[in-house]
Amino acid sequence: MRRFVLIAVPYAWLLALFLVPFLIVFKISLSDIALSIPPYTPTLKDGVAALIQGLDFENFWFLTTDDLYYKAYASSLKIALISTALTLLVGYPIAYGMARAPSEWRATLMMLVILPFWTSFLIRVYAWMGILSNEGLLNQLLIAMGLIDAPLTILNTNTAVYIGIVYTYLPFMILPIYATLERMDDSLIEAAEDLGCSRLSAFWLVTVPLSRSGIIAGSFLVFIPALGEFVIPSLLGGSGTLMIGKVLFEEFFNNRDWPVASAVAVILLLILIIPIVLFQRNQQKQAEAGA
Amino acid sequence: MKRLSAFNVTSLTLGFAFLYLPMILLVIYSFNESRLVTVWAGFSTKWYGELLRDEAFLDAAYVTLQVAVVSSTIATVLGTMAAYVLVNAGRFFGRTLFSGMIYAPLVMPEVITGLSLLLLFIGIGLDRGVLTIVLAHTTFSMCYVSVVVSSRLVSFDRSLEEAALDLGCNRLDAFRLVTLPIIAPAVISGWLLAFTLSLDDLVIASFVSGPSSTTLPIKIWSSVRLGVTPEINALSTLMIAIVTVGVITASLISKRGAARAQADAQAADRATG
Repeated sequence: MRRFVLIAVPYAWLLALFLVPFLIVFKISLSDIALSIPPYTPTLKDGVAALIQGLDFENFWFLTTDDLYYKAYASSLKIALISTALTLLVGYPIAYGMARAPSEWRATLMMLVILPFWTSFLIRVYAWMGILSNEGLLNQLLIAMGLIDAPLTILNTNTAVYIGIVYTYLPFMILPIYATLERMDDSLIEAAEDLGCSRLSAFWLVTVPLSRSGIIAGSFLVFIPALGEFVIPSLLGGSGTLMIGKVLFEEFFNNRDWPVASAVAVILLLILIIPIVLFQRNQQKQAEAGA
Repeated sequence: MKRLSAFNVTSLTLGFAFLYLPMILLVIYSFNESRLVTVWAGFSTKWYGELLRDEAFLDAAYVTLQVAVVSSTIATVLGTMAAYVLVNAGRFFGRTLFSGMIYAPLVMPEVITGLSLLLLFIGIGLDRGVLTIVLAHTTFSMCYVSVVVSSRLVSFDRSLEEAALDLGCNRLDAFRLVTLPIIAPAVISGWLLAFTLSLDDLVIASFVSGPSSTTLPIKIWSSVRLGVTPEINALSTLMIAIVTVGVITASLISKRGAARAQADAQAADRATG
């Protein structure tokens, strides 16, 4: 009986506030705009037949008629992929340096990586607005150093979005890679070097493959939220920055077209199901390996 | 002792400079006399004064704290239950769905979570306000709590709990007297994580909040969209300071706790040996 309560309470909570809301989104994505003004008809009260009759794929069809949506999905994918790669490029050396550091430093270094994560995401994105703007600190510095004559336009471009994503998601990349590198047995590298590997090839042939699960976990943790990102493109990106999270937000709040916004969300979710499932598998595998 | 190579020192230095410089600059410029954020015009604390006189920010801060305390507390209870179920309950109907629902919110884009919750609240006729934000925040942060707690529960030796049951405890007492003290650090860090996630959330809150329930991130968001202002720099500095003090205190406490546990273990060794 107690076991039942223990399972039922969190289960019911998640069903009611996580799963059911998705089903509603799915249903509204199939409704017509007039019908979908609250309270949505058809509802369950009118019986299953009426519920199904009123539904069609019109909104999804609409998404194909306007190439805005197609472009937004494609450019979100591109931005998320490039920034994941950049985050890996920036994060790996940091994680590597942490794992090689003397063990008494490691706890401190780890806290230094986690601390920005506790600081507000919005503030960390906002910090870059003052740095990247035309009169911003970066341009002032570059002009003072004599590297450029006129300020560079960085804020309100895709470059600023990449910087923002790399900056805010960096801890998500560093921590899983560090966790795998820290577990690694150093004698493996020594063995590889004894057997004639150069330092670099020992790194490629031993260290990188052994940190694979960390790289995979880190990349998913950056890629998945970056794909639906809304705050970063809105604050740092320009009018030319198309990201699906931003489109969805505007479709919902500015155009008030809920069925189309729901259809946009359903497709985003479909795109994300594969990486989310792969991520979950990777996590489970790691948990089993760790246990 | 290992020594760091020049490459590792460089990558750590550059990496931490990249992580911290933007925030340090923000803090420095919050003390700028000038309204123009990019031009340094001397030291001043006047923006802090203006901020603390701004009722809208204070109200928003109050709503945010209220939501964060309530939602992280409920989330900790639910998340700990969920973690216990995931680790100890064995097989039950819909277990895969259950664990899927625990992991999915961690990676779900916030726009989707926010949209779906809003449509639910409108569908059942619940007015948007503090309550809807609490429900939304509890839902996503309980998943973070349960991941943190279950990682601790996995390494917990169940025979201790079984011993308590054999010695006459009922299940609830065994949990309260044996399991909970051992997993307490994870439960506390779960609560802190839920608390910060709630303080930090902008996207989901903008979907589910009503006109009377503006949270601090929503308030910041609407002023930031108009550009960089010294008041926001001052507010950001205060938030960074609070978080820094909080995290350092928490880590000192846990370090002292660890040292005490070690001393106890050594004393026990001496006593029995």
